[in-house]
Amino acid sequence: MKNFAELFRRLDRTTKINSKVESLADYFLQVDDEDKLWTVALLSHRRPRRTVNSKLLRAWASELSGIDTWILEESYHVVGDLAETIALVLPPPEADYDHTLTYWIDYIERFAGYDEEGKKEAVQEAWRGLGTTERYLFNKLITGNFRVGVSQKLMTRALARATGIEETNLAHRLMGNWTPNDTTFGDLIHSESATDDISRPYPFYLAYQLEQPAEDLGTPAEWQAEHKWDGIRGQLIVRDDQAFIWSRGEELVNDKYPEYAILAQALPNGTVIDGEILPFKDGRPLGFNVLQTRIGRKNVSKKLLKDAPVVLMCYDLLEYEGRDIRKLPMSGRRQLLERVVEEYDTEGILQLSPVFAFEHWEDLAIERETAREKFSEGIMLKRLDSEYKQGRKKGDWWKWKVDPLTIDAVMMYAQRGHGRRANLYTDFTFGVWDGEQLVPFTKAYSGLTDKEFNQITAWVRRNTVEKFGPVRSVKPKQVFEIGFEGIRRSTRHKSGVALRFPRMLRWRQDKPVEEANTKDDLEALLKTYGS
Amino acid sequence: MPLLTFNDRGIYCERADVYIDPWKPVPRALITHGHADHSRWGNEYYLSTRLAAPVIKYRLGDIKLETVEYGEVKTINGVKFSFHPAGHIIGSAQIRVEYKGEIWVASGDYKLEDDGLCQPYEPVKCQHFITESTFGLPVYRWTPQEELFADINDWWRATAAEGRTAIITGYALGKAQRLLNGLDTSIGKIYTHGAIENTNEVLRNQGIVLPETTRVTREVNKKEYPGNIVVATPGAIGQPWVKKFGNASVAAASGWMTLRGARRRRGADRGFILSDHCDWPSLLEAIKLTEADNIYVTHGYTSIFSKYLRELGYNATELETEYEGELAEIETKGNEETNKENAVADGE
Repeated sequence: MKNFAELFRRLDRTTKINSKVESLADYFLQVDDEDKLWTVALLSHRRPRRTVNSKLLRAWASELSGIDTWILEESYHVVGDLAETIALVLPPPEADYDHTLTYWIDYIERFAGYDEEGKKEAVQEAWRGLGTTERYLFNKLITGNFRVGVSQKLMTRALARATGIEETNLAHRLMGNWTPNDTTFGDLIHSESATDDISRPYPFYLAYQLEQPAEDLGTPAEWQAEHKWDGIRGQLIVRDDQAFIWSRGEELVNDKYPEYAILAQALPNGTVIDGEILPFKDGRPLGFNVLQTRIGRKNVSKKLLKDAPVVLMCYDLLEYEGRDIRKLPMSGRRQLLERVVEEYDTEGILQLSPVFAFEHWEDLAIERETAREKFSEGIMLKRLDSEYKQGRKKGDWWKWKVDPLTIDAVMMYAQRGHGRRANLYTDFTFGVWDGEQLVPFTKAYSGLTDKEFNQITAWVRRNTVEKFGPVRSVKPKQVFEIGFEGIRRSTRHKSGVALRFPRMLRWRQDKPVEEANTKDDLEALLKTYGS
Repeated sequence: MPLLTFNDRGIYCERADVYIDPWKPVPRALITHGHADHSRWGNEYYLSTRLAAPVIKYRLGDIKLETVEYGEVKTINGVKFSFHPAGHIIGSAQIRVEYKGEIWVASGDYKLEDDGLCQPYEPVKCQHFITESTFGLPVYRWTPQEELFADINDWWRATAAEGRTAIITGYALGKAQRLLNGLDTSIGKIYTHGAIENTNEVLRNQGIVLPETTRVTREVNKKEYPGNIVVATPGAIGQPWVKKFGNASVAAASGWMTLRGARRRRGADRGFILSDHCDWPSLLEAIKLTEADNIYVTHGYTSIFSKYLRELGYNATELETEYEGELAEIETKGNEETNKENAVADGE
């Protein structure tokens, strides 16, 4: 694992894409095929399953290092990462184990067959012979949350450089339903065509948020406009009399959405559609909170299917009659998509995402204003002559989201962040006025610059009223404009509301705390936009 | 009434009417060392070690300052004061206070590892020990400095081989000189940020031997930097000042670099774990060596560290002070302040 640890250190040291690609390409040239395969797997979110829970891990670390669990806990609050905390508090290694990454993953996968005592011995034994970075990585692997700042795209580019295989081909080969246990490196990257694995999806094409005025995009006639539906982006594949539905997170979600099963028979083989998994009833979309009742559930009850049925709102056609048509222009793909959706009876499971003609950008702006009422997040703009690319690209596709809902709230509690932000106060709880009282209604973590986080951290230190473990209550002095995408009633939250994607839009240092919004204002938003 | 008490001005000895490292102006101040959070402006009278005095005078200007040698006893109203090496920076001291058999030691900032530059730490036996806790968590454990300097020199060598400039940051007083002392000058030349070179001059004038350095000024041709190393203050990074070095690799040297989060936040290419404070094992070691039962924990992870000491059986108390430890090496200063510092450094 020494090569892998050195790779991790090099990747962690830089934010420059070229240095990361170079480090990875170097690494791929150094290690054997088994390690390459596992590295590709880890960097594409195919992690070994968690075999040890973190509570046990804390206990074993505390035993080996001779410190109480409470001080380990306190250290964890400061460090912000349990795997790192444990790696640091353990006594210096007594031995120097030099094994491959694959060796250690096999070692970890065997834990499944051990009892608690056996796991403890195996874990402590590994700790005794690993250096700090290796221990950290080992801990990440056994807790099942290994992550590193490398996108799949970047990894693919490095692999392309190391193997001489074209990047786009590799990207396709690396997708789909493989694990390192059921393939080899050679089979994976040298598989010749997309049919090798019939479930294999195409990489999604993602759009950037439009920052410039829409007028700058040129003439409306060159653009296709449609809603950006508020569900989960999905890709439907029908091949070999089977239907597969992939979410954008590259997860196969057939089990969660049995509605799509009929498409295996209803659609011809060799059909791949890009669309939105969307809750939909009586001819119109439902809010995202309806879909939330289904996310994360594998067993779908009849009642749930009735209350929160989903369709596929179709955006694009990627494969037609078994041919990859991503290089056709958007307008051509759209024509074929319409043909497919209209020609076959899918019992309403396939819906065409309507496109709207517009002569002036202002017409579109008006449509965008009312998007939220239709449970749409805004407008998608696609150049009519655009290919279907892969990954997030600028130029041909843009998302033009509705402006967020906002409310001015008062900071009540602050907590240290995690990871990169472990020494800063970055996690805040906000409240609105209910008469003379502040009632907390949301947390927010993001939206400020590093400089602002530094400033607010210094302020929090000086204006703490009380400490509760890692949380501090602060003097009610600071007002922030909180932006969010949706609001709904919630019984799980004390305030009775839950916000979607809350974040800090601005630090309103200009605003007196008395002028922050009230609970009544929140109720009014709930009435208008709550679903 | 204990011999030393703590109030909103600092650590106070009522019998002698003196303060140790006060943070508000007082008539008489005993100073452990020259860092700004321990030796502040505005006191009427200062007492420090002879070795610490030049830097204190350089920083505070025309002050009334008396000096003592390490170990020399100075008696004020029957209370015996003496200064003992703290191993933190050149001239740094722990202050021992004794009256009728009651012995206190205020250690200021200290470290146990001999850095080869300042007088190594000497344990002083006492009943009451005042200790910092900057790195008072078990996650902080330093690598031996030989290993660390080998890493730093390897990084410099690799950076030089790429034809780039190496920039390493550390506090102008203490850390910077320690870095200078550990750099392998066979690799290239050492350039220094003005704030550091000013301190170097003060130290050289008092007879401290430092490697040869060149001040970064506008007169230096920019083409001379690649392949060499620049020792800079942490505040200089991210400022226009660094542009003159072109394509550079920036490293930060600080105890905080232990944590991945801190390394990433700092935005440096490399983080080297180098501190002039105690790590966790040496804090515990130092406390044991004093044989004191009563421990007063100042700046750092005060509440956690004192709770831990209580579990070990010490009578430990946490204290609110205004000392900062190594914080200045990591917290971002306002732009205005650093710009001013850089302007002074460039001789503008």
